[in-house]
Amino acid sequence: MIRGRALAKRFGDRRVFAGLDVDVPDGAFLLVTGPNGSGKTTLLRMLAGLAAPTAGKLQLPERHTIGYLGHEPLVYRELTPLENLTLFGRLYRLPERGERIGMLLERFGLWEVRHERVSTFSRGMQQRLGLCRVLLHEPTHLLLDEPYNALDAEGATLLDGIFEEPRTWVVATHEPQRVERHATERLVFA
Amino acid sequence: MTYASDVAALARKDLLLELRAKETLPSMLLFVIAALTIFHFALPSGTSDVAARGLLWAALIFTALLGLTRAFVAEREQSMFDALILTPVDRSAIWLGKAIAVFAFLVAAEVVALPAFAAFFHGLNGRTVAAVALADIGICTVGTLFGAMAVAGRARELLLPLLFLPMAIPIVVGGVGGYLWFLVLYDAIFALLSWAAFEYVVSEV
Repeated sequence: MIRGRALAKRFGDRRVFAGLDVDVPDGAFLLVTGPNGSGKTTLLRMLAGLAAPTAGKLQLPERHTIGYLGHEPLVYRELTPLENLTLFGRLYRLPERGERIGMLLERFGLWEVRHERVSTFSRGMQQRLGLCRVLLHEPTHLLLDEPYNALDAEGATLLDGIFEEPRTWVVATHEPQRVERHATERLVFA
Repeated sequence: MTYASDVAALARKDLLLELRAKETLPSMLLFVIAALTIFHFALPSGTSDVAARGLLWAALIFTALLGLTRAFVAEREQSMFDALILTPVDRSAIWLGKAIAVFAFLVAAEVVALPAFAAFFHGLNGRTVAAVALADIGICTVGTLFGAMAVAGRARELLLPLLFLPMAIPIVVGGVGGYLWFLVLYDAIFALLSWAAFEYVVSEV
């Protein structure tokens, strides 16, 4: 369960939002929409435990149950996909990470390039790897900020597939039509 | 045991990144050799051992600063702190892994710098080598904490030297004077403080 009460966030003199209540029950899908600069990313970072609210109360699940994909894929560009996922598999203490990593790389079409440096990848391939990293530890709560960014048609279809999985979702996107049918809760920033 | 394996995985990652990028260590090596060469020609002949040792310490501190400036480049440019602090790893393990990697780069630079110093000046004694080894621990533990703080700041290129250099003064005093127990004490106190403080540096929450 993710719950926020009277959340507010300020950066200096600039108020991003104030008095915001958020409830995401387990298994729910919260779709967050709104124009650029309205506070979607700030809210997702807050719900991931990466940013503190200026005011309000926040109840979050345990850190290791959260998977977060921001505007960056959050992978090391000078490492290969295999090295990146092995590192995060170790840090998440996954017992049989080799099998899981192989399965994810296959699923997102990165198996053939698993030994190549991420810096040589297109932005779309990096985004696919970011999705592999997010799913690696099988988080129960997934927070995705513009997950369709840079993905080609095939990548976007692969992403559509993961929304079928029973998890708690918070998704901020400029393409709400792609995930609209999954949404059980909606938050629209003005 | 888990903590140690987390630290090892993080340090290995930093060493691998440097092995691939080859940016930090070559810069440190070039800088320290260039600095010692300049000092060699700048100092008049017959300069005392203490003056020469002082210049060695100045060269080592600025070489370390160069390495520390580069230490968190991947975390800053690729927002990797976000990914790391979401893992169940103790946040101090991130600091320790990074400090070990910076220590390795600094030792590698000194493996070249110390013989160069010995050749340019009046040789090298065991006490100076021991002092350098002890100082490296203090430099890397404190410097890594400040490196992480500087990543979060706006004027990061200015912030790191402003934070680190005043804290390096006791290291230079201990190093030039060869006060080994003083350096041991400095290492113990500041390693402990940096270990405890790192959690508050990398996260707002």
